[in-house]
Amino acid sequence: MLEAAGLGVSAGGRELVRALDLSLAPGAFWSLLGRNGSGKTSLILALGGLRAPQSGTIALDGIALAAHRRGELARRIAVLLQDEEPDFWGSVLDYVMLGRYPRSRSAWSRDEEGAAAARHWLAELDLADRAAQGYRTLSGGERQRARIAQVLLQDADILLLDEPLQHLDLRHQVQVMRTLSGCASGGKTVLAALHEPGHAARHCGFAVLLYDAGRASLGRSSDMLTQANLEALYQCRLEAAGTGSFLPS
Amino acid sequence: MKVAPVLVVALVPASLALAIAFGSVDLGPAQLADALLGRGDEIAREIVWGVRAPRALAGFACGGLLALAGALLQVLLRNPLADPTILGVSGGAAAGALGAMLLGVGAAALNLAALAGASIAAGAVFAFSLGRSGWNPYRVLLTGVALASGFGALVGLMLSLAPSSQVQGMLFWLLGDLSPAGDPSVALVVLAACVALAFSQSAALDVLILGEDKARSLGVAVTRLQAIAFGCATLATVAAVLLGGSIGFVGLVVPHLLRLSGIHRHGALLPLSACLGGSLLALADTLARTAAAPAELPVGVLTAAIGVPVLLFLLGKLR
Repeated sequence: MLEAAGLGVSAGGRELVRALDLSLAPGAFWSLLGRNGSGKTSLILALGGLRAPQSGTIALDGIALAAHRRGELARRIAVLLQDEEPDFWGSVLDYVMLGRYPRSRSAWSRDEEGAAAARHWLAELDLADRAAQGYRTLSGGERQRARIAQVLLQDADILLLDEPLQHLDLRHQVQVMRTLSGCASGGKTVLAALHEPGHAARHCGFAVLLYDAGRASLGRSSDMLTQANLEALYQCRLEAAGTGSFLPS
Repeated sequence: MKVAPVLVVALVPASLALAIAFGSVDLGPAQLADALLGRGDEIAREIVWGVRAPRALAGFACGGLLALAGALLQVLLRNPLADPTILGVSGGAAAGALGAMLLGVGAAALNLAALAGASIAAGAVFAFSLGRSGWNPYRVLLTGVALASGFGALVGLMLSLAPSSQVQGMLFWLLGDLSPAGDPSVALVVLAACVALAFSQSAALDVLILGEDKARSLGVAVTRLQAIAFGCATLATVAAVLLGGSIGFVGLVVPHLLRLSGIHRHGALLPLSACLGGSLLALADTLARTAAAPAELPVGVLTAAIGVPVLLFLLGKLR
């Protein structure tokens, strides 16, 4: 259970989140929505223990995040960052296998269990035939899926994902949402920053909406993702999509 | 099993054997074998055990330390051009050593002055790059380069003020020279300790390539790792510079030679860098002693003369 109380997050001198109370329980799939620059990334970095919050507390199972050792934290919380080093020397499998670091760091023995799990996640994300290919030769969308596979291989209880759907085509957007949904059904906690309310409504049970000036609201997706709320959130008029707008079934 | 690691490991005894077999005095195979086993001619034994073996080991230790430091700094600073001179440590040691030469003090005081110069440089780099939010590679690089230029100017000033009789000795020190190298045992111990310490952090360094935040999220205590690796690189550089002066190029080129041969994991890259750097410097020093015997060439010139074409060849081949 990851809990934030009275959380305040700022970046670049701007207050992005003010006095946020958030409780992420096992089995819940949360979407995190907001305009560009509304603080989605900063919130994820704070919840992942990668940036100290300006105010308030974040606790994992009742113990402050900062009191956990890094290695221990990595077995509990996995974070998909929005930006990462695009260059890597090895194959896709080499890259994904770095997700095993929190659990297996022996330099001597081969990690067969980890390799099997890595192949499982690569297959799940349509990358089975890319395993031996050089990571730097992947397309942007394939690279994004490899990054997600690395996060899934980490096998943490809590997954915090910053724009997991960036660069992905429609088929793979749905595939990733289903995979994450499966993780939540299996008892993991998932929080994903998204730009598609449609995906959030279909797959996520809960939503956090980050408005400007630090205001946030959260609750069940069915209550949160209303036309009025989304219009206020994105500051633009919305209408029900007609012809030419498709979502895979 | 890949070929490259086996070759690199095999090169270690081969290079040391060559360094002991060749020198300004010609020893036949039989004489060499006798001397190695501690038999026969006393002069041959003294040449082999008293002169060539310590010199070969000094070269090996020096090259191994520099290559290890280079490999560590390249991953820490995320910069393929990083090498031990970038820390300002070599520059600080050079300024100290040349100052001591100018004052005409003995070898012990000269080493002490070099150590003092290196320590000042390392301390300054540490002080300016360790901020509140942890370690800042950008500041390490900038501080190191600035210090190196500052010390370079100081060295230039001392060279221009020095009486001409001293200038050659100073130039040899600056180009890197193993002829005054004494007992290599301290450097060998430092090499072994640094390789062991760096190796213990190799899995974390593999993860650090993904970036600091990603490495933290995967459970790496990044600031501590950077401090350990950086301290290790500094210690290795200081030990190498005190033994052989500022020998260039080994620290820059050797890790790249290994990476170009497909060795990227730090568990292999770091120890193999030490092996290859040591072997190459032992070989280069053998050449420096024998090419124009009885005169000696500064070994730093030869490391560059060998290293540049090899690197360019590999770069061209793997385009």
